Amino acid sequence: MSRVADLSTLPPSPPPGQGGPSPAQRPRTSRSGARHVDHRSRAQTRVRWELLRNLVRKDLKVKYKGSTLGFAWSLANPLLLLVVYTFVFQVVLDTGIPRFGIYLMSGLLVWNAFSGSVSAACGAVVANANLVKKVRFPLLVLPLSAVGFSAVHFLLQLLVLFVVILGLGYSLFGPELLLLVPAGVVALLFTVALSVLLAALNVRYRDTQHLLDVALVAWFWINPMVYAYGLIQNQLNDWTWVYLLNPMAVVVVTFQRAIYDPPPGNTTANGSASVIADTGYVFYLEHLAIAGLISLAMLWLGLRVFRRFQADFAEDL
Amino acid sequence: MSSPPLAPPAQPAQPDGPDRAAAQVPPPGSPTVIRASGVGKKFVAYHKRATSLKERFVRREAAAGDDFWALRDIDVQIGRGQTVGLAGANGSGKSTLLKVLAGILRPTHGEVAVNGRIASLLELGAGFNGELSGRDNVYLNASLLGLSKREIDRLFDSIVDFSELRHKIDDEVKHYSSGQYVRLGFAVAVHVDPDILLVDEVLAVGDEAFQRKCLDKIAQFRSEGRTILFVTHSLDLIESMCDRILVLESGNMIFDGQPAVGTKLLRQRLGSLPAEGVAVPYDLAPVKPTAVTFSRSPGSPAQVQYDPGEQLTVSVELDLTENAPPFVYLHVEIMGQGEVPIWMMETPAGGISPGPGLSVVDFVVPRLPELLGAFAVNIRVSDASTGQPVTARRFEDLFGVSGLQVAGLLRVDYEARLRR
Repeated sequence: MSRVADLSTLPPSPPPGQGGPSPAQRPRTSRSGARHVDHRSRAQTRVRWELLRNLVRKDLKVKYKGSTLGFAWSLANPLLLLVVYTFVFQVVLDTGIPRFGIYLMSGLLVWNAFSGSVSAACGAVVANANLVKKVRFPLLVLPLSAVGFSAVHFLLQLLVLFVVILGLGYSLFGPELLLLVPAGVVALLFTVALSVLLAALNVRYRDTQHLLDVALVAWFWINPMVYAYGLIQNQLNDWTWVYLLNPMAVVVVTFQRAIYDPPPGNTTANGSASVIADTGYVFYLEHLAIAGLISLAMLWLGLRVFRRFQADFAEDL
Repeated sequence: MSSPPLAPPAQPAQPDGPDRAAAQVPPPGSPTVIRASGVGKKFVAYHKRATSLKERFVRREAAAGDDFWALRDIDVQIGRGQTVGLAGANGSGKSTLLKVLAGILRPTHGEVAVNGRIASLLELGAGFNGELSGRDNVYLNASLLGLSKREIDRLFDSIVDFSELRHKIDDEVKHYSSGQYVRLGFAVAVHVDPDILLVDEVLAVGDEAFQRKCLDKIAQFRSEGRTILFVTHSLDLIESMCDRILVLESGNMIFDGQPAVGTKLLRQRLGSLPAEGVAVPYDLAPVKPTAVTFSRSPGSPAQVQYDPGEQLTVSVELDLTENAPPFVYLHVEIMGQGEVPIWMMETPAGGISPGPGLSVVDFVVPRLPELLGAFAVNIRVSDASTGQPVTARRFEDLFGVSGLQVAGLLRVDYEARLRR
């Protein structure tokens, strides 16, 4: 049935035979093994900023549609946590961290952004099953837009935190604030990496979402957000580096260094443990570099898995 | 048609021999925009697929067995500007093929190459969000389909006008009627400026006026030289709109060629034409022509589609009882539309002696002439020694020959000359 045709615009035909070319000799193909030759068709498979922005905007619009307070609601959750944790960890079990609220918030906001992103991204492809099965578009935008959605909230919450800190008369601006830049980059890399990986895995293994929900609860406690970092150091001593292999722990301690003003001597009220990890800068930069490398490795893995799985999304959904 | 007066009536005569020519090959100068080679698609039975981690480990070595091949070894090339209808019974693989070509499903085997921007109307308004206004949805949907903000700004008025929904464009889409929803979806999809439009049965929705509008738009696309591929159950639509039909049956492509031939074949296979032959004194006849099959060479797999110049074998299965005449004579007529005999074939004068039981007589036509149409077979059996007729049977199993001509049973070479 194969016939001669003018294929000057297409790459040469594979040799006829049973089952087509073997995967090894098949050229790199986009989603679904279809090769799309010119730039007009590539616009349909490449991740474009504009599309990402539109999707994030859509999510925001849908979420706050018809609510009077709108965006203010995004502050409700951190505020509630602030009240609850302050009561538990400053009044009931006194951790001895001065200005506990600010200490908590400087780590909690970035953690919330991370866990919110990852959790939403994990279900992003499954939730858009209808779209995935009917329209050809760059599927990677689904987990990425979940990250973008959380990032927008995070930035606004951070802004509110800054305003509160200044309003309370604490110092904020100093060279340590610049640590937010590398910490933010690492946080974003790691979040994107995990989001992309989980979004792909969850299509085939629906247990991923449940597993993640459980894991996030545990993960929350292995970041020094509601307790002083020094407590961990006192326990682990020479093994503290293991604790810091968790990129989110590194991001959290760096955020605390950047935003929170440690008490004189950097110790808790009874002097038993340091509050923040280190009062210098080098410690953070070193650990951020390691966390960054871990994140890049995760990103490589995540993109690889996503690319490999996405061709079958329409079938698995 | 505003063609110049001396343009050849239908299609210029092809100087080359019939071997080069086939409906599948796009006309010279028009590049192939879709090429599928050796495409097969297997679906794994759902209950067998590991959908959780537990199953992944527990059933690691699940037995392969009831996998389902939705497409087998499809080879197709579609040239720029062709309008192709995709037809077949339910579950024949039409929509799967469309999804594979659209890049939504990955073929299990083979390769698909696409050259150009695709708009796939697999479902109109897929991805609309009911909470958002029509305006927001237009932007979002068009953006998903690959348009930039600037392009959408430019096209927005045209999209809204086409959908006839200007009065509701700022209402939430959840308040639209289903017809309005589909109208907006169609309006966006056709404004994506696709080089290739894939349409899956979506024309079945909407009211008559909207359907008319869709068809007009498709006709406009056609005249603009865009490539259109659509799945439909309406064979009339294919006959009126398409240059070419692909007929699928259980995942195999059984016909690829002129709509007039393909639709006839499909109608017969779908049972809207009678498939059983009519026997004259058939039941009691000592020699029964029980079946007719068509293939390339004797014994090769049956097929129904041929090109001029190809070899055709008409195999007649005979069932002889003990008291059948020792020598039988077969007379085979190939029947065209309106019961016009096209050609005749018969066994040698002395007849043949098949003996009791089942046997097959092959009539091999080494080179089919330049015909266009779907043909049936009429068989008469007689006693070769006495000349007495034994039985006759008309078979409705058809085979198609796809000549290059647009119309007419035969193609002849000719020239058009102006003389003053």
